[in-house]
Amino acid sequence: MIEFPVLSLLTFLPLIGALLILTIRGSEEIVARNSRWAALWVSGTTFFVSLYLLFQFDGTSAEFQFVETIDWFPALGLSYTMGIDGISLFFVLLSAFLTPICVLASWTAVKTRVKEYMIAFLILETFMIGTFCALDTILFYIFFEGVLIPMFLIIGIWGGKRRVYSAYKFFLYTLLGSVLMLVALLTLYVQTGTTSIPELMEDPVGRDLQIWLWLAFFASFAVKMPMWPVHTWLPDAHVEAPTAGSVILAGVLLKMGGYGFLRFSLPMFPEASEFFAPMVFWLSVVAIIYTSLVALVQEDMKKLIAYSSVAHMGYVTLGIFTATVQGIEGAIFQMISHGLISGALFLCVGVVYDRLHTREIARYGGLVKNMPKYATVFMIMVLGSVGLPGTSGFVGEFLTLLAAFQVDTIIAAFATTGIILGAAYMLMLYRKVVFGEQVNKDAAAMSDLNPREFWYFVPLVVLVLWLGVQPGMVMDKVAPSVDKLITQYESALPLHAEGTLAEEELEE
Amino acid sequence: MEYIAVFSPLIAFTVAFLFGKQLGHKFCQVVTCAGITLAAMASCILFVRIALGGMEGYTVPVATWMESGDFIVDWALRMDPLSVVMMCVVTIVSACVHYYSVGYMSHDEARGRFMAYLSLFTFAMMMLVTADNLVQLFFGWEGVGLASYLLIGFWNHKESANAAAVKAFVVNRVGDFGLAMGVFAAFFLFGTVQLDELFALAAENADTTFNFFGFELHALTVVCLLLFMGAMGKSAQLGLHTWLPDAMEGPTPVSALIHAATMVTAGVFLVARMSPLYEFAPIALMVVTVVGAMTAFVAATIGLTQFDIKRVIAYSTMSQLGYMFFALGVSAYGAAIFHLMTHAFFKALLFLGAGSVIHALHDEQDMRNMGGVKWKIPATYVLMWIGSLALAGIPFFAGYYSKDIVLEAAWADHTWFGDFAYWMGIAAALMTAFYSGRLLFMTFHGKPRMDQKTFDHAHESPPIMLTPLIILGVGALFSGAAFYEMFVGHHQFWHGSILVLPDNDTVAAAHHVPTWVKKLPMVMGILGLVLAFFMYVKFVGLPEKMTKIFKPLHALFFNKWWFDEIYDALFVKNSFRFGVTFWKGDQHVVDGIGPDGVAATSKRFAGVLGKFQTGYVFQYAFIMMIGVIGLVSWIFYKTVIGAE
Repeated sequence: MIEFPVLSLLTFLPLIGALLILTIRGSEEIVARNSRWAALWVSGTTFFVSLYLLFQFDGTSAEFQFVETIDWFPALGLSYTMGIDGISLFFVLLSAFLTPICVLASWTAVKTRVKEYMIAFLILETFMIGTFCALDTILFYIFFEGVLIPMFLIIGIWGGKRRVYSAYKFFLYTLLGSVLMLVALLTLYVQTGTTSIPELMEDPVGRDLQIWLWLAFFASFAVKMPMWPVHTWLPDAHVEAPTAGSVILAGVLLKMGGYGFLRFSLPMFPEASEFFAPMVFWLSVVAIIYTSLVALVQEDMKKLIAYSSVAHMGYVTLGIFTATVQGIEGAIFQMISHGLISGALFLCVGVVYDRLHTREIARYGGLVKNMPKYATVFMIMVLGSVGLPGTSGFVGEFLTLLAAFQVDTIIAAFATTGIILGAAYMLMLYRKVVFGEQVNKDAAAMSDLNPREFWYFVPLVVLVLWLGVQPGMVMDKVAPSVDKLITQYESALPLHAEGTLAEEELEE
Repeated sequence: MEYIAVFSPLIAFTVAFLFGKQLGHKFCQVVTCAGITLAAMASCILFVRIALGGMEGYTVPVATWMESGDFIVDWALRMDPLSVVMMCVVTIVSACVHYYSVGYMSHDEARGRFMAYLSLFTFAMMMLVTADNLVQLFFGWEGVGLASYLLIGFWNHKESANAAAVKAFVVNRVGDFGLAMGVFAAFFLFGTVQLDELFALAAENADTTFNFFGFELHALTVVCLLLFMGAMGKSAQLGLHTWLPDAMEGPTPVSALIHAATMVTAGVFLVARMSPLYEFAPIALMVVTVVGAMTAFVAATIGLTQFDIKRVIAYSTMSQLGYMFFALGVSAYGAAIFHLMTHAFFKALLFLGAGSVIHALHDEQDMRNMGGVKWKIPATYVLMWIGSLALAGIPFFAGYYSKDIVLEAAWADHTWFGDFAYWMGIAAALMTAFYSGRLLFMTFHGKPRMDQKTFDHAHESPPIMLTPLIILGVGALFSGAAFYEMFVGHHQFWHGSILVLPDNDTVAAAHHVPTWVKKLPMVMGILGLVLAFFMYVKFVGLPEKMTKIFKPLHALFFNKWWFDEIYDALFVKNSFRFGVTFWKGDQHVVDGIGPDGVAATSKRFAGVLGKFQTGYVFQYAFIMMIGVIGLVSWIFYKTVIGAE
């Protein structure tokens, strides 16, 4: 009667793997080698299991699928419920896809405490996948917060020079937001008597309460996104984190905020979302312009990409709160695409960092001469980040801006300036690092991508280009869930009869 | 056939780019040349079938691209007279440039990659001209921008080339901002980006207004002006033109293909393609005319004073694009495309000819160091004369026909801006002829001004470079006379691919203008050449004196009206200044109040963390995790019990 619990398997497979690695004994070298291979096998297997989801997922249905429920705290009506819909599907896949790449990227870069590092990564994967699968608010909260711990350790132990400061900044910021979210979750439970996400989505609470709860959730998700002005933890965290940590941070962790907006804020607090939408728009616009300008003057490669992430997340929040089909689908697509592109960009930084141990832009130059393969991969990712049509970066950006224009032309105009600034800072980065004279001898002597590096870039490059040309692969599966979300959202608003402006005008 | 025309350059690019390293330069050259030749032949067949055969336009669907709610975008190839004319121009010029490049780049160590990029460009341009919707057009639009970026910065060890490449991309992006907004606005108003649907709806909604930036504005005018902003960027119209002269940092074949013959005309194509919208937006047309006329004039003034042979031609390109735009602005779309075509031939010829000169003189580009080489490189010399005479609008060369019809149409518009464009165009025609003559006389005539060694080594280009020049030369000679009747005569050549309202039919009216209006451009052309002859051959000291007499004016022209300096001070410097300010703000204000303040009080925790270095990480991790779960459970339990 109960289907095979594939989501639980997916979620806890990495945890089991972590436990396995725990048992590895022997000399330091053997432990390191075995843990690497074990982590790769476990995360690889997890990824293949996640592909099962992709093929078995019914793309025409807006319902939660692969649902599994086990009573957890029956006295309180608390249950362990997992399930995914079109919105969460691709976040699960993204997490499962990026983890093996991260393990590969850490193959030689991490030399100390390899065993613990791999354990931390696998636990991180469990929490990430769990966050996107959980259909119970408390379960969600545990996964959502649990992510913090391994990430905190990864930055704090395997990070750079100022790792302790960065790790604390990261932890404090995100934890403060979460505490408010916890209070809100509890209030919600007290008010409605349920912790089931699907039930809460069906039946929003009253308007006044919505406002307060929305704000509490916003505190948590806005920090995670991160939105301006609570973004300052991100550049520091990225700069100090090891390469793979940055990849996961940018690739998956930032998306939890966007996912939260879609799973909680919009469906559970529709009236509050509508009320606060203008504020979110302006914060997004500020984020896009402000952080793009800051990115323009960075001297540290990782900081530049970190700031560009904030700008790109600006499109996401903008898209989500337009509450239009294009806006939300665009935002989801932008998150997936950004996960791939920024992940790959951080890997690109990692490749040269491993060789020269500096992230300072001025220490490089002319790499195209000695690292042609690297230059090509980097170029494709830069173009993706710039949002060139034909790469996945374009689709999300274009759809969110298109949606923004339907809602407010002024907002759209300001946000669209991001495409100019984005081109400016990314191309400047590329120009300084890859083109130009080879002024630094040591940089000029670096070797090109080795096979391991080459092969973990290949799937990223293929996906970025393929999704740019055929975004339907993602969009078709996302669409029914988004439609349902919008229908519920609009019917919950008192003035939902309001049609689009275009229709009105054409009728006139 | 359509697939062959559009996709063979893409296949050639992919193969040459991915496997070029292993298979060698020779292979890249063969495969890209084969690809473009195929594409050119297929395009010509389509031209015969559709444009000459009078076939109805049709669309070949390829695949779905994006589908989001009612926003649906397909990959599709639109075939109608306008697109097949563009396809022919693009592929023929591109084929010439491909072959020429095999010779020109023969000593470059990355010549295989160069050929691959040329093919990538051609593919993007084909996608642009065959686009069936605005988003695919945008794809091609950005694709050609990318190829242009890669090719300008092809010699990527040169700082100046890199700077020019980034500048070209970013300035174009400013234009793209407008184009993207135009697409958004079109979708907002009409709920579609598919061209045929848009055209149908535009005619029905000619009087629609909408709220834009808080103002109630005429919808089509806003859309058209936004799209025109994109066109201004790509086609280097006054204001967004600063990237084009710098783009001359790229190898010369690139300048010929991208920055003269094809890519920069994409803006002209865009406006012509969108004519069913522009026709209902008279104010937008007026803006197009005025901007075009001013560009034609200003660029010509700058062209008078430059010494870099490629920059002179670059400014002349910009000036000629201005002609095309004011032709569009007075609804003479056919004339604009006609001029686009003839210009593609003679300008590509001029650039490749200039490349041949540069090649002969060992990468010398400054005309002050040339001279007297006419019999050293006779074929190039003759071909450059043909190109220049065509550019100057001397009778029976290609440019004569197209420039005349453009100017006549402007006059026939009988509006203030049409007159403005006519007189600006006449003035520019005089200057065009003058600087064309100046270029020829300085480069080929008089005494050699280079050192003896370079002069002795000057040599004619190999046949693989000369043959494409000759083909283009034939185009520069005859394409005007051959296609005049077809493009701007009395035929229904465009078959609805261009819409002209009956009241605006300036091309028809242009055939009935007074004789002096028809003859004036030609007189100006001859006058300009004669003047140049006197100043640079007869009285060699004269230019020097003129420079002194008109010092302020010369300074204005020579410094390109200080556009670069003004932009740098206004936008570039300020962007960086804001960037630094914001960054500091990040560090001091946001962090100072927020996390650092908190962190300062909890610094002692750092000591605790230090212990992780020596302890077992996973234990701490587990403890923390269990702690969080415990905390949650406890609070939860408490609250719930409390609530009950």
